[in-house]
Amino acid sequence: MTFHWAWAVVFLPWIGAIALAAMPPRGRMPALVNLGVSALSLVLALVLLAQPYGVQGWTRTDALNLPFVLLSAIVGCTTAAFSAATVDAEGFDELRARAYHAAFQVFMGAQFLALLSDNLGVMWVAIEIATLASVLMVAVHGTPSAVEAAWKFFILCGVGIALALFGTILLYLAAQPVIGAGDPGLSWGALAAVAAKCDPGVLSLAFVFLLVGYGTKAGLVPLHSWLPDAEAEGPLPINAVLSGLLLNAALFAVLRAKAIVGAHPEAMAPGPLMVAFGLASLLLAGFALWRRRDARRLFAWSSIEHMGLATFAFGIGGVAANLAGLLHMLGHSLVKSGVFFAIGAAAQIKGSQKVADIGGLARSHPGLGWALALGIAALAGLPPFTLFVSEFSMVVATAAAQPWLLLPLGLGLLVAAAALVTVLQRLCLGAPTPDNPTEDAFSLPGGVLWASIPTWLHLVLAALLALAAPAGLAAMLREGARVLG
Amino acid sequence: MTFGTPAYDIAHLLGGGVLLLSFVLLYQRRIDAVINAFAVQGALLAAAAAWQGYIQGAAGLYVTAVIAVVAKAVLIPLALRHVLGRFGLQRAVEPALGVGPSLLAAVALVGLSVLVVLPITAGQAQALTREDLALALSVVLLGMLMMITRRNAISQVIGLMSLENGLILGAVAVTGMPLVVELSTAALVLMVAVVGGVVVFQIRGRLETLDTSFLHRARGEEPPA
Repeated sequence: MTFHWAWAVVFLPWIGAIALAAMPPRGRMPALVNLGVSALSLVLALVLLAQPYGVQGWTRTDALNLPFVLLSAIVGCTTAAFSAATVDAEGFDELRARAYHAAFQVFMGAQFLALLSDNLGVMWVAIEIATLASVLMVAVHGTPSAVEAAWKFFILCGVGIALALFGTILLYLAAQPVIGAGDPGLSWGALAAVAAKCDPGVLSLAFVFLLVGYGTKAGLVPLHSWLPDAEAEGPLPINAVLSGLLLNAALFAVLRAKAIVGAHPEAMAPGPLMVAFGLASLLLAGFALWRRRDARRLFAWSSIEHMGLATFAFGIGGVAANLAGLLHMLGHSLVKSGVFFAIGAAAQIKGSQKVADIGGLARSHPGLGWALALGIAALAGLPPFTLFVSEFSMVVATAAAQPWLLLPLGLGLLVAAAALVTVLQRLCLGAPTPDNPTEDAFSLPGGVLWASIPTWLHLVLAALLALAAPAGLAAMLREGARVLG
Repeated sequence: MTFGTPAYDIAHLLGGGVLLLSFVLLYQRRIDAVINAFAVQGALLAAAAAWQGYIQGAAGLYVTAVIAVVAKAVLIPLALRHVLGRFGLQRAVEPALGVGPSLLAAVALVGLSVLVVLPITAGQAQALTREDLALALSVVLLGMLMMITRRNAISQVIGLMSLENGLILGAVAVTGMPLVVELSTAALVLMVAVVGGVVVFQIRGRLETLDTSFLHRARGEEPPA
């Protein structure tokens, strides 16, 4: 057994978590250590990107997961920076500060493992660990509403991942007569290779359980209702990792399952089911966006919408639509976590996260306000950001494959975009509402500016991904889209 | 269908016993009786896992069995009982759907899972595996039914844990399943965390507010009066 960088990416955050749990939380130390570990993870992820593809026991590196590993490392790093800038205002006591920082790194390690794992059992365990860590982060304030939100999150996702485990068992059952007993029966590479010889009935049943199970964690309708509560009640920085990373990891697990089941011509086609889940999420969220009064809930609903869009694209299938789906996942993570940083900072300035209490940010705090405005415009699918490119190619691919689906897709896109533009006007333009800063908010030198840098960084990355993606990354994404079939 | 091989019959008997206990869970009217039924289900599950370990010659399954008996038949029921006793919560189960309709729905779900699993696995897996899988899927669905039709937190948690019992029953029945010990342990960690959540909840004295109606208030999104 030789060392591989993939394991370093997974274990570094976990070692960091142990250190953060053991360390006495004095002053800014935990936040800075957290940032340091995240920055080191980003370096390791870049090193991993330079390694050749391969399988290392229970993990694998391929064109499908490496872009997401890099994305997770970037978002993890900026979230740690934002967290260092805003954590004072959360008012943690010693125990909570320890629990929060340690849970953050446990989550990051589990996120990397979920993306990198080749063994579907290991992937399941990783997603479970990520769930436990994020439940802890949601509940960390201990207020009644935070505990209720964490509880709902826990129970719904508990059912979700239980169903996913059943689906995993069924996948093994399908493969066992072909592959034989033992570890290869759960290996994604081995399963994808032999899928065409497996029993189609068992594969179909497995896919249904995996889609519903992991789909719950990806925030797909009808089991989405944990997401808005969890987003609204946890500490500000965790919004970025919940929406930006956890949902991706769960949808990624669905994609791995789709690649296996889709390889068998007689098994149930995964496409129509994914299209149905995707459209249901898009339409429900599109209309729900109009009724939200709480800004963080509103953007949580927008995550449901975007995960629905990505699922829809993968359901349409084919290289072009898959590529659009992968780009959409990457773009959504970057933009949404950036928007959550900005809305978090705005909530601390205004002392409220109600849409009605936050207004005119572009006039009162131009750096922050314009970042938020651009972010919301990007979420609405306006150019020049990645989400415009991915939604456009999604529409083109749909028109080529199933033109009648353009009707619900277009309706959902328009309704959601109109809702977001309305919100943009309310939050960013018009007359500013009075400031009422939370105690200890922005105690760092530079204050609000420091908190808006991560948002700008994410917006720049999202624009670069659309306009000038590095050739290597583009080739990698195209190859990943081909793998998905 | 073969009769008379003890390996087959005993595996069936134990799997069927786990399913029977899922029905028992559904018609209890007192929470302490629900906890007892859950403990018996855990013990039966452990026996089923140990028996599968014996007939498959897989030593790892004995570990699963020991973990199941210690955690599910002893420790978790004791913890739940402790919560009930300490906070004087000898309350009745509050079903959202009456006992009669619940049982009817349960019978329909068992029929559904048999109809789903048996045809698609026909001629493919061993008979033992496919029928145990039908039993496991029934236990999973009944666990979900219990979560849907019961209002208070302890009943819902027990529903989730009995759902997880169904998963373990399925995992041990599939010959040569890799990582079965690791997966069952990981699933158990989740359940222990859920029970831990109940204890925390209980201390906060808000167990009965698990109705989603409470969340609507916390959400601050009810339409203006």
